[in-house]
Amino acid sequence: MTAYLRPNTLEEALAVREAHPEYTILAGGTDLLVSGHRVPPPPGIVDLFDLRPLRGIARDGDGSLRLGAATTYLDVLSSDTGREELSILRAAAREIGALQIQARGTLGGNLVTSSPVGDTLPVWLALGAEVELSSAGRGARRVAYDAFCTGYRQTDMAPDELVTAVTIPPPAPGTRRFWRKVGTRRAQSISKLMIAATARLENGLIAEPRIGLGALADRPIRGVAVERAMAGRPPDEDTAARAARALAAEITPIDDVRSSADYRLTVATNLVARFVRLLAEPA
Amino acid sequence: MNLRFSLNGEQTALDVSPWRRLLDVLREDLALTGTKEGCGEGECGACTVLVDGEAVCSCLVAAGQVEGREVRTVEGLGDGAVARAVREELVSFGGTQCGICTPGIAVCAVRALEREPDASRDRLRELLAGNICRCTGYQLIVDALECAAARGRGEGAE
Ligand SMILES: Cc1cc2nc3c(=O)[nH]c(=O)nc-3n(C[C@H](O)[C@H](O)[C@H](O)COP(=O)(O)OP(=O)(O)OC[C@H]3O[C@@H](n4cnc5c(N)ncnc54)[C@H](O)[C@@H]3O)c2cc1C
Ligand code: FES
Ligand code: FES
Repeated sequence: MTAYLRPNTLEEALAVREAHPEYTILAGGTDLLVSGHRVPPPPGIVDLFDLRPLRGIARDGDGSLRLGAATTYLDVLSSDTGREELSILRAAAREIGALQIQARGTLGGNLVTSSPVGDTLPVWLALGAEVELSSAGRGARRVAYDAFCTGYRQTDMAPDELVTAVTIPPPAPGTRRFWRKVGTRRAQSISKLMIAATARLENGLIAEPRIGLGALADRPIRGVAVERAMAGRPPDEDTAARAARALAAEITPIDDVRSSADYRLTVATNLVARFVRLLAEPA
Repeated sequence: MNLRFSLNGEQTALDVSPWRRLLDVLREDLALTGTKEGCGEGECGACTVLVDGEAVCSCLVAAGQVEGREVRTVEGLGDGAVARAVREELVSFGGTQCGICTPGIAVCAVRALEREPDASRDRLRELLAGNICRCTGYQLIVDALECAAARGRGEGAE
């Protein structure tokens, strides 16, 4: 017999998690239930879908944004909070699956599945986001996204923890944002690659570039060499070419059923160059 | 578990494992076979139902998750103006052939037009992007829904 629990408060959810680490955490089910009926039923289900304290986007006192782990993609698309900062998250959300998936799929589910093709994950890298993890015994802690994802489909979450939120620090004024997902069609397609990027100009030179890359390694990664190639330079063709070369040296994409290494590399370097050109355009 | 929820407006209770797919509970336990299974993986939309008014793939919802919620299937779309227009125009335009995708399309279309009566052709395509049809080539479906939308806005059928 599978137990079914639907906590109404975070405290309840964390208490159940501590008491029953063997129960399956279920949110929108759009990852878990794809193969769920083909595996033996779990001893229990903890349903976080629509757990109100974990759902929605709010501005914290210090100006940072807080996105609850049970926030759906449709919630992201309909929320007015932080519209400018979250423009690239909205762009990603609009291209995830289709309406039915956007209505159920959650930010927390995308984080914990931790797929190299998880579309929101490069966005967190570009926005400098932190993942909030909570447990009944130790309270809440925050880790930068790079530290949260520890390997291919691996995360830093402990068996008594839940992902409770993603937080985004207030952006510097003038920050520009860029998002491109390359797939076979707009809806219902798994990414061949994605790039999320932010940067701004300071006295005409590129400052604080952050490049998040998806589907180009075993996990979402920062384009550290690209960032170094851009920082402190004007957004011109020379910088665009340097950034593209830096990316080519930094990544070794794979051949798989969805795309070839060659294609991925060519498109990714073109997109990095395009981001540099975007910075030269008037805001 | 003893599952209680509202199904097409009627309170329903039955004993099921909370892990079973809502799709199977609807079709096998409740004999509502209008909802179809295409892929069983969230890709095709044939199994679309409304849960608390939102379109979801019933193949990706665990039965326990609808406890206390409102489920509307293609059988429960009712006889309101929007549902009638969607049904009639799908038929009159030839927006249905083998019919496997049609219940999901109808459910999605009714949700779309109830919420966004002014939806453009492009917006309708976006809202129905999760509904795959292997027969019609989509044009006739979108034509039908555009016409249903126009009827809903009181612009009359052709
Ligand atoms: C047809 C289809 C299309 C898709 N398209 C895309 C796409 O374009 N891009 C993309 O990135 N993804 C896509 N996905 C994958 C999926 O929709 C997303 O990863 C989604 O965000 C998962 O969220 P969920 O709430 O449904 O997760 P669930 O399936 O409920 O859970 C996923 C995992 O996360 C765990 N979990 C969930 N919430 C928490 C929490 N708060 N704390 C701890 N653990 C938690 C669960 O235990 C489980 O291991 C698609 C899926 C389908 C079926
Ligand atoms: S059967 Fe559920 S989406 Fe295809
Ligand atoms: S009518 Fe056959 S799949 Fe659409």
